[in-house]
Amino acid sequence: MNEIGEYIISLSNVDKYFGTNHVIQNFHLNVRQGEFLTLLGPSGCGKTTILRMIAGFEDSSGGTIRVQGERVEDKEAFERDVNTVFQSYALFPHMTVFDNIAYGLSVKKVPKSEIKERVKEMLELVQLMGFEGRKPAMMSGGQKQRVAIARALINRPKVLLLDEPLGALDLKLRKQMQIELKRLQKKLNITFIYVTHDQEEAMTMSDRIAVMNGGVLEQLDTPDQIYKHPKTKFVADFIGESNLFDGIAKPAESISAHMENGTIQKEFTVLTASGIFPLVQNVTEESCSVTKEPLDSGSGLPLTVCVRPEVMKYSKCPVEGFSLSGVIKNVIFVGSQYRSLIVMDNGYEVRVNRIKPDQTVSEGERVFLFWDLEDASCIFQRKEG
Amino acid sequence: MASRKRKQKRMLFKSLSNLYAVLVYGFLYAPIAVMMVFSFNDQKVNYYWNGFTLKWYVKLFTDSSIVEYLWNSLFIAGMATLGSVVIGTIGAVGLIRFEFRLKKLVNHSLYIPIVIPEIVLGLSLLLLFEVIRLPLGFTAIILSHITFCVPFVIIIMRGRLSGMDLSVEEASMDLGANRMVTFFRVTLPMLVPGIMSGAFMSFTLSIDDVIISNFVSGPYSTTFPVKILSLVKTGLSPEVNALTTIMIAVILLGLLINSTVQAFIRKRFLTHIKSYF
Repeated sequence: MNEIGEYIISLSNVDKYFGTNHVIQNFHLNVRQGEFLTLLGPSGCGKTTILRMIAGFEDSSGGTIRVQGERVEDKEAFERDVNTVFQSYALFPHMTVFDNIAYGLSVKKVPKSEIKERVKEMLELVQLMGFEGRKPAMMSGGQKQRVAIARALINRPKVLLLDEPLGALDLKLRKQMQIELKRLQKKLNITFIYVTHDQEEAMTMSDRIAVMNGGVLEQLDTPDQIYKHPKTKFVADFIGESNLFDGIAKPAESISAHMENGTIQKEFTVLTASGIFPLVQNVTEESCSVTKEPLDSGSGLPLTVCVRPEVMKYSKCPVEGFSLSGVIKNVIFVGSQYRSLIVMDNGYEVRVNRIKPDQTVSEGERVFLFWDLEDASCIFQRKEG
Repeated sequence: MASRKRKQKRMLFKSLSNLYAVLVYGFLYAPIAVMMVFSFNDQKVNYYWNGFTLKWYVKLFTDSSIVEYLWNSLFIAGMATLGSVVIGTIGAVGLIRFEFRLKKLVNHSLYIPIVIPEIVLGLSLLLLFEVIRLPLGFTAIILSHITFCVPFVIIIMRGRLSGMDLSVEEASMDLGANRMVTFFRVTLPMLVPGIMSGAFMSFTLSIDDVIISNFVSGPYSTTFPVKILSLVKTGLSPEVNALTTIMIAVILLGLLINSTVQAFIRKRFLTHIKSYF
């Protein structure tokens, strides 16, 4: 088996044009067996198009799509071993729940007794026993969603594609269905490829998240890594709240430790429009190739430093190494935390979230920002050319 | 005593509006009522009432050529409905699903057979059949009826189709059904209500048509309305009254059955849950 064969779904160099519109650009994605992978991005980023190309509803304009190592570009939707749960549910309105779920088997001419058996199994799985004779028009959104899932799962697909399946449900039901879907996925050990624009949903359910923007894959990583170590400014900004500082990192003299696997831990001083602060960063071969600058370049490395509001700290007196100061504009209590907005001298607004209120400072007071060095993550800016 | 005055005023308005309703319905149904009454009249010429009889009904079913023309009409309407529904459904699916050049032109040209005067359409069909040497008669009538029914069917079906969720067909293909199976098991059943209304429309239009049929019917095969129209010139026999009375009775019965069945289906649909296991 070749390398690609290890992956259940493998997209390489996939391009898609709608007319002259280049909606998917040179897309690579490898999905492992049994994985819950989420395509996350703002609307119009091409995540649904990727899903539709895997399902076979949309032709790719270039590149290869493999399911279990086998190329499927020339296969029709009905010849592919994947099934889809649609955003609009797309249940057959003229059929009962039983007939809807049985559809996949009955078009494959499975014997009637086996169909009955398996539909029953599916109804138990999605907890809809007793609803066999209902028509979709008589069911609630959550129930329809369960029927749609059962209908897609009865074919025992290798991969289940879900296109914003919970988008039309209310918040409480959505949370409940998230847990349910995760449970189903674990139990059946089927690969799920899930499309959503809801980052919280992606975070709770996924093994890995592929963050997309403008038809380009920004980052593919575990939810934890995506949050803690965003690789691009878009990811840092899109996932959770973040304070971003654009600047230039100049190597400091003090620490330069060599680690295993060719990584160098270096201390930098970062110069930004808002002020100066230190940065300790593992510099790998990869990050060098991104910036296309030698590591100890005298002119410094252009980068963006991301500090999440919950790890951002402030004090009334300056902290060594940091020269970032601003005025507290306001403090808002949002239930679970206190959110402060601090305006830097150059006008940049920094957000600081605290669980407990801070009695020692008040609005309008000048404070100095700092953070633990390991809490900052660093995005090397891509240089053109 | 203002309230009494207001009450009187309201009473007056109410009786006026009732009178209005009676007049409107009287205007609509009086001719039909007169015809129905005269179908039981024991008198060959319908100017005055001469006593009750059923002899026209008896004559209708024993020796009369009129019924034969009714069968002609029903047969033609049936064939025309079948033809226009098949052509119209395929046409509507094509017009909704596919993008092509001149689509706008094709869409607009649908309305032309509807808006041009029937006499023009009749004449042009006659000319066409002459040119292609198609003998006048049943085939010509059916083809002509299909011509003017198809646009109606397409317009009705197009309305149905544009409200349909396309992802339902994708879902069918996703579950392993090819295009044929998808069409017959998903698309077609969902189109049935549209097809039914298109069929009723075509059938009514076809049964109703006099002008175009008159042009293309030829000397030997003709439709019921055309026959009656020609009989008016020579004098109508009262058995025509009897036949039309029966037709109205059948239509009323049909409407009644339709609404009863619909109510029954609605009731069952909401309360009955079929057991599968």
